[in-house]
Amino acid sequence: MRRALVISIPYFWLIALFLVPFGIVLKIALSDPQVSIPPYTPHFDLSTGWAGIKDFFSQLDFENFIWLTEDNLYWKAYVSSLRIALISTILTLLVGFPIAYAMAQAPKEWQPTLMMLIILPFWTSFLIRVYAWMGILSTEGFLNQFLLWTGLISAPLQIINTDWAVFIAIVYTYLPFMVLPIYASLEKLDPSYIEAAQDLGCSRAQAFWSVTIPLSKSGVIAGCFLVFIPVVGEFVIPSLLGGSKTLMIGKVLWDEFFSNRDWPVASAVAVILLLILIIPIVLFQKQQERAQEADT
Amino acid sequence: MKRFTLFNATSLTLGFAFLYVPILILVIYSFNSSRLVTVWAGFSTKWYVELFNNEQFLDAALVTLKVGIASSCIATVLGTIAAMVMVRGGKFRGRTLFSGMIYAPLVMPEVITGLSLLLLFIALGIDRGVFTIVLAHATFSMCYVSVVVSSRLVSFDESLEEAALDLGCTPFDAFKSVTLPIIAPAVISGWLLAFTLSLDDLVIASFTTGPSATTLPIKIYSAVRLGVSPEINALSTLLIGVVTIGVIVASLATKRAAIHRKRQEEMARQEEG
Repeated sequence: MRRALVISIPYFWLIALFLVPFGIVLKIALSDPQVSIPPYTPHFDLSTGWAGIKDFFSQLDFENFIWLTEDNLYWKAYVSSLRIALISTILTLLVGFPIAYAMAQAPKEWQPTLMMLIILPFWTSFLIRVYAWMGILSTEGFLNQFLLWTGLISAPLQIINTDWAVFIAIVYTYLPFMVLPIYASLEKLDPSYIEAAQDLGCSRAQAFWSVTIPLSKSGVIAGCFLVFIPVVGEFVIPSLLGGSKTLMIGKVLWDEFFSNRDWPVASAVAVILLLILIIPIVLFQKQQERAQEADT
Repeated sequence: MKRFTLFNATSLTLGFAFLYVPILILVIYSFNSSRLVTVWAGFSTKWYVELFNNEQFLDAALVTLKVGIASSCIATVLGTIAAMVMVRGGKFRGRTLFSGMIYAPLVMPEVITGLSLLLLFIALGIDRGVFTIVLAHATFSMCYVSVVVSSRLVSFDESLEEAALDLGCTPFDAFKSVTLPIIAPAVISGWLLAFTLSLDDLVIASFTTGPSATTLPIKIYSAVRLGVSPEINALSTLLIGVVTIGVIVASLATKRAAIHRKRQEEMARQEEG
């Protein structure tokens, strides 16, 4: 009895503040836009009871979703977000894996310090870390000053307001999410496996490919999910560093909501984004549960 | 034998340079006397003086601090209970849904969480302001707290709690006098994490706030959109400084607590033997 009470506190908190709001988003996505505040016609009124529910289903309309499919902008923004998220996840993995590997190989007494050095930037504000790149990547910024000084380029490169600036900032801000799970799985790896592979005639490279990589798989997968899923809906980075051509759905949703004040369309954008992400999110949850069971 | 090769040393050096050089540049240029942020014109602390005379920033900082403290305390209590449920709760109906609601907010794009909470608050007719931001922040940071505390809970022996129950403790007493002291470092780092997540959040706060409450990230974002400015560099430097000191102090404290506990355990063992 008391156990049920304890379980119900966080349970109902999350249902009320995480699950129910999605229902409301869905409801508003199916409403008509209005100029008044709140700027939509509520289509679902529980107080009228059964008649209200019947009424609700009879006037359900998908016009906001149809509007999304008709306007090229949204379709392009979804595809472009997925593309940017995919490329930056791969880039983050390529940068993050060697760091995680080197951390796991480092002497045991260094490891807590290295770990803290990876986590520390994560504790400092995300917004500030994105802002730091504005000064570096701008046309007269530090990177261009440096490259001009070394003589590698003769005219400043246009990096800010391009996809490249977005990739760099994503790799930079999401790097700890990639490094930590990979490090956790590599750190558990028993070095005698690699010695055994080498004793059996593997070269170091072969041992790396056939022992280290497969055994670090769970960390790599967790890291990729932790980067990919939030990046698809990323807003701050494309808004501060991306150009007019960098289409990302998080920014489209924000503009739809705050600039156009079209709440039903913003909600429809959110519903579709959620539908796209629901499969990766479920896979991520399953993977986390499996990892936790393996620990116990 | 693990070999620490040149390749490993290079990847660590480059990796940490990548992580820290941008922050370092930001900090150095906050002491630049020129308004042009990318041109060095001599050492000056005038941007800090200007910052402290800017009441809007101070007000925003106060709001942010209030929201951060309130939401992280709620999140720590809820997240710790949630972790106990996840690790010790056994099977119950709706367990999959529960774990889904714990893990999903960790990766959920902030624009979705923010929009959905705003629509909830409007549907319920709640006035938006500090209170609604606190509710929103507590909800997503409790999931982070729960993950941090769970990882500590799975690594310690359940039989300690069972022993306390066998010796006549009520479940609550057993939690208070056995479980809580053991998971305390994780609970504290969970609180710190929740606090910094709240200090940091722009998107969810922008959606759930009303005209009465502007947090620091909202203020920074609206200033930064117009371009780089030395005041923001100064403000960022202060925030980075506070967080760095906080994290270092917290990690030293937990390290000392761990050493202390180890010593006590050893003494207890010697007394037994």
